[in-house]
Amino acid sequence: MAVITREDIIKPENLVYKRTSLLVDCALSYCPGCGHGTAHRMLMEVIEEMGIQSKTIGVAPVGCSVLAYEFLDIDVQQAAHGRAPALATAIKRLMPEKYVFTYQGDGDLAAIGTCETIHACNRGENFVIIFINNGIYGMTGGQMAPTTLPGMKASTCPYGRDTEIMGNPLKITELVATLPGTCYVTRQSVHTPGNVRKTKRALRKAFEYSYAKKGLSFVEIVSNCNSGWKMTPVQSNKWMEENMFPFFPLGDIKVPAAE
Amino acid sequence: MKELRLMKGNEALAEAAIRAGADGYFGYPITPQSEILEYLMAEKPYETTGMVVLQAESEVAAINMVYGGASCGKKCWTSSSSPGISLKQEGISYMAGSELPGIIVNVVRGGPGLGTIQPSQADYFQATKGGGHGDYRLLVLAPASVQEMADFIPLGFDLAFKYRNPVMILTDGVIGQMMEKVELPEFTPRWTEEEIIKMSGDWATTGKTPDRERNIISSLILDSAKQEKHVKKLGLKYTAMEADEVRYEKFQCDDAEYLFVAFGSTARICQKSVDIARARGIKVGLLRPITLYPFPTIPIHELSNQVKGMLVVEMNLGQMVEDVRLAVNGKVQVEHFGRCGGMIPNPDEIVKNLVSKIIGG
Repeated sequence: MAVITREDIIKPENLVYKRTSLLVDCALSYCPGCGHGTAHRMLMEVIEEMGIQSKTIGVAPVGCSVLAYEFLDIDVQQAAHGRAPALATAIKRLMPEKYVFTYQGDGDLAAIGTCETIHACNRGENFVIIFINNGIYGMTGGQMAPTTLPGMKASTCPYGRDTEIMGNPLKITELVATLPGTCYVTRQSVHTPGNVRKTKRALRKAFEYSYAKKGLSFVEIVSNCNSGWKMTPVQSNKWMEENMFPFFPLGDIKVPAAE
Repeated sequence: MKELRLMKGNEALAEAAIRAGADGYFGYPITPQSEILEYLMAEKPYETTGMVVLQAESEVAAINMVYGGASCGKKCWTSSSSPGISLKQEGISYMAGSELPGIIVNVVRGGPGLGTIQPSQADYFQATKGGGHGDYRLLVLAPASVQEMADFIPLGFDLAFKYRNPVMILTDGVIGQMMEKVELPEFTPRWTEEEIIKMSGDWATTGKTPDRERNIISSLILDSAKQEKHVKKLGLKYTAMEADEVRYEKFQCDDAEYLFVAFGSTARICQKSVDIARARGIKVGLLRPITLYPFPTIPIHELSNQVKGMLVVEMNLGQMVEDVRLAVNGKVQVEHFGRCGGMIPNPDEIVKNLVSKIIGG
């Protein structure tokens, strides 16, 4: 029996997976263990596989992914906090032949940008919103987010979110699914290989549906924030499964009628 | 042949934008400028020139739509009135920081706060000194007629793209609502995608093609040394505007012993005051700044060598008067006469104030 050596395995003809060329070859600004990097990779793999690099305009938010434009090898606009859907509305209306997406966190999309989010969804703008929900403000150092769970600790709710005082977490994804302008609303995660593949499929569908003028596609990715949650990456993924998913269940919430 | 029409100032802005080849208008209703959005929706330019017209969910969204469109190298504009312009300041600052062209029209009403829907010039400071955060300037045009409302749209786009900087048209409810004869600009076709790429392809987000690096529109520069370099680059643009873009009009200044300084609708009223005063033997002229930034500092300074005193007439508590005093630098007496809260000065009370505050007696 032939012995397979390390040299045999790493031969180019044996490679089955590589980094997409549309992800800029540099160090990401995200914490090790954070889901943003995986979400970026899935997004750029989809754009590469669809062959739409020259036809895609992205909008980066304010939050941990404020520097997303540093990592994505496409034309990107950086928006003021919460305003990404307003930018994307104009881009798509002025250049209807382009694929347009926003990439936003929970504070950006579901707190300061709630108005822009809901109205872009309700108007049925033909672009994609990618919503990273980790239940915390990561960039500013772990403050309470609109999606922080009841009882969950953050630097501005150090004893846990008391809904009597701080109000309830907002299930904005379920909310936008009720609006006539959204065509595809789904909630995914990127914490296991299986979920990564599902997320990638969801992103591809989202781009296809919105390009086909079916309306706004909204892809929530429930993600971890091991730094903000003060856990190891492994602990944070386990905590996410046990606490985030019961409140924010994964799966499609709305699919186009034809499906 | 030139086309003449009797129009409201607000309508002239809208019609001029269609004719100037504007790509997008994004607005939100507020008195006294709602006719702009109404006119555009009635004219349906999206069926003729292809210009996008959208009633946004807020003034905040509208200015950010302008940001998004401008970032693609498109000619975009928005309009509002004072309280709405306050809401747009975040987007205006981001546009200046990201070096984006575009026009913001402020049909000013009395304030502060919700104020009144009547005309005012109380947003002079906000327009010329930077209503949003950070080190930036808007190029500010102040029309004094319906004709200038129409003329300043194509001019505004030219200047906005020349400097990659937002331009503000600062007008008020008088000019916005009054009807005058206006000679409409010729139709200019909207830029094609090819023209935009040729002109703005080195910065605009038109889609990354293999022949170029990706284009990024951002005002975020975390490294202090780089941020300083960026702000200084903006500063050079403002210096260039101050050298090349000052616009003003002189009225009966040749033999003037006294001077009115006024802009917009107040300048129109001051023309009448000049006639009244001259009929009484008072040799007074009028200098009307057309650009409020860059301010006509040098022409006003030169006139300070000629006249005995200046009366700055504004519909506010005294804002442009500060820039006039800086220009005059103590050489002659500079006083202010203002009405505010939506009250409009009449020509006689302006002359009365010239006599009591400057001439004496």
